[in-house]
Amino acid sequence: MTHSIRHHLGDDVLMAYSAGTLPEAFNLLVATHLSLCDACRAQAGAFDALGGAVLETGNDDVAALDEDALAATLALIAGGSVAPAQSDTPAETRRNGPSGVLPGPLRDYVGGDLDDIHWRPVGMGVKQAILPTSAEANARLLFIPAGAAMPDHGHKGREMTMVLKGAFIDDGERFGRGDVEIADQHLHHTPVADVSEDCICLAVTDAPLKFRALIPKIAQPFLRI
Amino acid sequence: MLVGTEPEIQAHPALRSGQALRASPKVLGPENVNEMQGDKRQEWVGHIVRIRDNQDQVAFGELFRHFAPRVKGFLMKSGADATLAEECAQEVMATLWHKAHMFDPARASVATWIFTIARNRKIDVLRKQRRPEPEELTWGPEAEPDQEDVLALQQESENLRRAIADLPDAQRKLINRAYFGDLSHSEIAAETGLPLGTIKSRIRLALDRLRHEMK
Repeated sequence: MTHSIRHHLGDDVLMAYSAGTLPEAFNLLVATHLSLCDACRAQAGAFDALGGAVLETGNDDVAALDEDALAATLALIAGGSVAPAQSDTPAETRRNGPSGVLPGPLRDYVGGDLDDIHWRPVGMGVKQAILPTSAEANARLLFIPAGAAMPDHGHKGREMTMVLKGAFIDDGERFGRGDVEIADQHLHHTPVADVSEDCICLAVTDAPLKFRALIPKIAQPFLRI
Repeated sequence: MLVGTEPEIQAHPALRSGQALRASPKVLGPENVNEMQGDKRQEWVGHIVRIRDNQDQVAFGELFRHFAPRVKGFLMKSGADATLAEECAQEVMATLWHKAHMFDPARASVATWIFTIARNRKIDVLRKQRRPEPEELTWGPEAEPDQEDVLALQQESENLRRAIADLPDAQRKLINRAYFGDLSHSEIAAETGLPLGTIKSRIRLALDRLRHEMK
């Protein structure tokens, strides 16, 4: 399943995912990609190992504990289990056998698979579904009909788009299931869905998209894209 | 690739059952952990085993004295005040006690495991974000942590620690900041006054060098 992935996540994103410094929407995209890509999963593991090594070697960053810290912790242990961090909670679908089109982390946000997505039309056959994440960045699923183009747009911030179904072509490059396209403020692009199949993507961005055409620009605040 | 660990902490099937574990000579137990003395990091694996099997408070105390101040420092660099960082560090170490049975020494060093627990606690408490984990891989029937795998992973972790110590100062500091400090590369640029390109290239150089060392 992972042999066909050609566009991967970069070191900066994987390192930030490991360090825990990404906004939730980006964490979601990374976790979704790692669910499909063994190479990036191994890299992410390596960055966790690097985090552990930094934790052990960073002698400047050691903070003195309260005098009774050990006793207090043993009392905490005796009192029963500590509420697990929300981030420790495994993806809902892990034990439900082979997943559908949406990898586990996305299924958790959608509350199911493709049929459970609440699509809203945004014109020209394109549909989107905004996923609930923290406000620093937003995540949405996009449905682009076979052969159709996304509106030409540039970015104020960073945008990452991962293909879940079908494929799109942008600037001569083909992006299929699992592939991630990374765009920043310097890139104006017009992804076009492959003609053979409707395309479904996960797109995350840390700034509102700016459209070149007048009408999408006016519509932007209402569409939240 | 630096080291081939998995990003997730998960119960190794063989570690779920204490009995099966002790019946197999290949598997890590307190007795063969002692053979690994001389390397502190491998010793920490033995500490986790003692906590898991015997609720050993002495072992816990030693781990605590080494790691809890580092976890607290990590949390303070990430923006927690001293009181909150102390509280979270204690919770992280208590989590280590309760989840000792989930630790898989063939997949992570003790430092890495503690780092991931601390990181997740930080995201919950300080950043109020969620950080979804990838879908779990389904493992085959072969399940015991092989002693050779454990030694190899722990040795690689030690090599990585040394490779970081050998990095040029400027590179090591930026790697540190990327993990301790909760800053994006552009925020590091704003804070240090270094151009973003310089920061990115230094981090890239550091990673190249670590990868070379870990080959």
